[in-house]
Amino acid sequence: MTQKNRLQSGGRIDRSKPLTFTYNGKQYKGYQGDTLASAMLANGIDVIGRSFKYSRPRGIIAAGAEEPNAIMQLGATEATQVPNVRATQQELFNGLVSGATNGWPSVDTDVMGVLGKVGGNMMPPGFYYKTFMYPQSMWDTYESIIRKAAGLGRSPLENDPDMYDKVNQHCDVLVVGAGPAGLAAALTAARSGARVIIADEQSEFGGSLLSSKETLNGAPASEWVSFVVDELRGYDDVMMLPRSTVNGYHDHNFLTIHERRTDHIADRAPDGQVRQRMHRVRAKWVVLATGAHERPLVFANNDVPGCMVANAVSTYITRYGVVPGNDLVLMTTNDSGYQAALDWHDAGRRVAAVVDTRKNPSGDRVDAARKRGLNLITGSAVIEVQGSKRVSGVSVAPISADGKSVAGSVTKISADTVASSGGWSPVIHLSCHTGSRPVWNEEVVGFLPGPTVQKQLTAGAINGSYSTSKALAEGQQAALDAIAALGMKAAEVVLPQAVEVNEGQPMTLFHIPHLKSTAKAPKQFVDYQNDVTAAGIELACREGYESIEHVKRYTAMGFGTDQGKLGNINGMAVAASALNKTIPETGTTIFRPNYTPVTFGAIAGRDCGELFDPKRYTAMHKWHVENGAKFEDVGQWKRPWYFPKAGESMQDALNRECKATRESVGILDASTLGKIDIQGKDAREFLGRVYTNAWAKLAVGKCRYGLMCGEDGMVFDDGVTSCLGENHFVMTTTSGGAARVYEWLELYHQTEWPEMEVYFNTVTDHWATMTISGPNSRKLLQELTDYDVSKENLGFMDWREMQVAGVPARVFRISFTGELSFEINVQANYGLHVWEKLFEHGAKYNLTPYGTETMHILRAEKGFIIAGQDTDGSVHPYDLGMGWCVSPNKPFSFIGKRGMAREDCVRPNRKQLVGLKTLDPNVVLPEGAQGVLDPNAPIPMPMVGHITSSYWSANLGRSIAMGFVKGGLDKMGEKVFYPLADGRVIEAEICSPIFLDPKGERQNV
Amino acid sequence: MFHIYCPHCGEYREEEEFHAKGQAHIARPLDPEACSDKEWGEYLFFRKNPRGLHHELWVHAAGCRKFFNVTRDTQTYEIKEVYKIGEQPSFVTEE
Repeated sequence: MTQKNRLQSGGRIDRSKPLTFTYNGKQYKGYQGDTLASAMLANGIDVIGRSFKYSRPRGIIAAGAEEPNAIMQLGATEATQVPNVRATQQELFNGLVSGATNGWPSVDTDVMGVLGKVGGNMMPPGFYYKTFMYPQSMWDTYESIIRKAAGLGRSPLENDPDMYDKVNQHCDVLVVGAGPAGLAAALTAARSGARVIIADEQSEFGGSLLSSKETLNGAPASEWVSFVVDELRGYDDVMMLPRSTVNGYHDHNFLTIHERRTDHIADRAPDGQVRQRMHRVRAKWVVLATGAHERPLVFANNDVPGCMVANAVSTYITRYGVVPGNDLVLMTTNDSGYQAALDWHDAGRRVAAVVDTRKNPSGDRVDAARKRGLNLITGSAVIEVQGSKRVSGVSVAPISADGKSVAGSVTKISADTVASSGGWSPVIHLSCHTGSRPVWNEEVVGFLPGPTVQKQLTAGAINGSYSTSKALAEGQQAALDAIAALGMKAAEVVLPQAVEVNEGQPMTLFHIPHLKSTAKAPKQFVDYQNDVTAAGIELACREGYESIEHVKRYTAMGFGTDQGKLGNINGMAVAASALNKTIPETGTTIFRPNYTPVTFGAIAGRDCGELFDPKRYTAMHKWHVENGAKFEDVGQWKRPWYFPKAGESMQDALNRECKATRESVGILDASTLGKIDIQGKDAREFLGRVYTNAWAKLAVGKCRYGLMCGEDGMVFDDGVTSCLGENHFVMTTTSGGAARVYEWLELYHQTEWPEMEVYFNTVTDHWATMTISGPNSRKLLQELTDYDVSKENLGFMDWREMQVAGVPARVFRISFTGELSFEINVQANYGLHVWEKLFEHGAKYNLTPYGTETMHILRAEKGFIIAGQDTDGSVHPYDLGMGWCVSPNKPFSFIGKRGMAREDCVRPNRKQLVGLKTLDPNVVLPEGAQGVLDPNAPIPMPMVGHITSSYWSANLGRSIAMGFVKGGLDKMGEKVFYPLADGRVIEAEICSPIFLDPKGERQNV
Repeated sequence: MFHIYCPHCGEYREEEEFHAKGQAHIARPLDPEACSDKEWGEYLFFRKNPRGLHHELWVHAAGCRKFFNVTRDTQTYEIKEVYKIGEQPSFVTEE
């Protein structure tokens, strides 16, 4: 395949290194140094996609990040699919596989194109909204069809094989952009000894100098670029990041840089290499030298492939040695646009016409065009383009001096390329990210960075300073300002001499008039990616949208992956004109992170798969794994859920575990319970303030259950706290609530009661906790300790220090099952040893390990709550029937006391926790089921509360449940009905939640 | 992401190490029982939502675990000062 548009010489490509790439299944050739876009243009590929809404054929229009059309799907394999890559920013490598993003079934024969052609009147702005809004139930159906037709790329179905990194960076000066301004800034800062990071989205530093024929100090500008790059490379404290886009400018000078390290080499990163990095930079000063994007003009059929931004035409010729056509018509409102025609002519191809909207242009480039004998048509504009898949010609006509109307007869000129320039828009995106509003500048005809609270400086084209000499000077000055602010001493930098170009006054013009009204003329595109036309914006204004922010949302202008880099200003100009306002009066346009799309890989870094979230294991985890435990996530903890034996279903295993525990002895790994060590002379008083019950008289060696409420009186955690010494306690919390409770205690101590002498320390991980429960638990424990653990010596709610299995232990006689129960705590390192010793001696008692599920069932048989399951932040202790755990007579008004006395907390008919027995004992109510008193009430039925806990109890041979019922504590024996989604209505009777051993005889033995 | 100076550690650290705990200077009434339901409701539920200076309580949760106060501009996100519990802010909104 020949590269018909490739020049024989020139450009920054290496013709000795040919590369093969695939586009839409066909192979093409390009060269090292090409972008995918330049290689496609070299091969004469005109259509690179279909437009979003009208499905019109689209071609490459720009040469950088602002490209709205050439959005490609990349990837040679399923796992390496990358959607929405701008061909203009993707460097070519051998074997690159690309495809068009839009187009169904293909870009050349497109079903939706028919709809688009029928056209304008069928799909006005708000089309989807107006058409598919009703009936609402159909939206899911509509959406899938619309999405298929629109197409926004697709994500891979397989896991990404590559590695990505996140890196934290700190610097004195971060320079964004390595064009003339950025290089001057970096050089000045680096030479002054500052710690500098300079990042640029392109493969090499130089910015605009890479695609210009300018000279510096009389030599090609690239020589100065090389000199600066070499010097910067010599500094230890300078980090140079090519192929790195500064995508976000966040608070307090925190910026993110997306570095693509291997995307230019191969489809996947070579062995051992990281594909992309996300640099998270905290910069003392930031110098934005982000340049400017050229604005295309808005004219009829300005989206036909072959229509390009003038500067992009220059860039393809100068940097890549590609002339993207044969016959050029240039339309410009300013001098800089002329460069495209000059470069085109100098490349040996025909310039059909240079159409200048100004009557009497003058300036160095205008003179150069005249000198070359180019066909200069002044005071005129290209009002319409002919062609469908490629430009075939243009209509040129004189326009009025204000640019608002056609003022003469139309001439047709044949051409295959139309370059347009409406001036430049400073790249102010990053300066907007932190909330700074840009300011319109009449002289620049564009928005400039607004006032900011960030330590931010700007230099060069972002300030509307477009000449190279100004960019260099501003870059240096920005660095000097930063150096001075940092209190450093500035080093001398002599800037190179640039050749000054005399430029004439540009004309302020965005929207080219047509013979017909905007509504009737062929489509004049403003935002290519989202298919927003000038007519669409005018219609939005007629329909009453006045603020540009509303117009944008209504038309979707600027809402594409390109964020409207090319179109936003033009769109604002069209809206302003329709509303008879100035551009700043219609509002400003701001930008949000990210500047260009960022891969999820770079965002995730290594925080995926196994490393997504830390996992916490108990000291006995290995044993659980070896013994076939199924695990449950409790916060970050991996807790055994149940221990199935071969052939057992989950319910079989639960039944066996539950019965074994109540009949002999079971064992639970309870290490994950939160444990907080509390010491100090005011520790006891402190407990009395944060718990609802009394702590003043808890003796050393005793344990007590406590409820913890918020100031609103609502239960938020519970647990047993034990008195280790007069001024020393250990508090247990729920597994998931440990961190929250700890912070809660600190909050009250530090902010409310700092005078109290009390210290908290989290000791959850220090201890391994195993609970043996059941009638044989005492016998088992006694075999492992010399300490007398009889009822007389270790009573219910006592704790003692003793040796268990030869290691020091704290043994608490507390029970969450209602059985005789011992909670053995040993230092975590001894945990597995003690656990195994228990099993050595426990075999004869059928010692049965159980997990969280059996624990839940056993406690529910006893009506014990689980904070967070049977509470939800809206229930106080009395709602739970736990008034016995509140001591209103404590001298200090404990946390929650005043809250639970609020009017709403003492009203009748609050939802209260009760036990529920289904009429059919074999039916287990689903948790979350809503109860009603009258199952025949009309829908919506008045609901009286939901089921919080529900299980099959093997010990009772029936189902049991706990749940809330309005006024339930006074409704014992009454019926509640649970209508389910599957149509069943389950009848249940309200009862005490204590289903088993209501007198507590089993644990008092 | 904020860059926050912890007055206890004496260093700037990343926001990731801290938790925001809401409006600062909300003292628990010394005699809760003496509060009317309305007063207690104010204490419990009502918070300022200013555009501009806001005094906030933060905790260096993944650091020294100490609480402290921050005066922050809710519009620009500038942190004007940090100060310890019990101290008064020097940046205040004129009302």
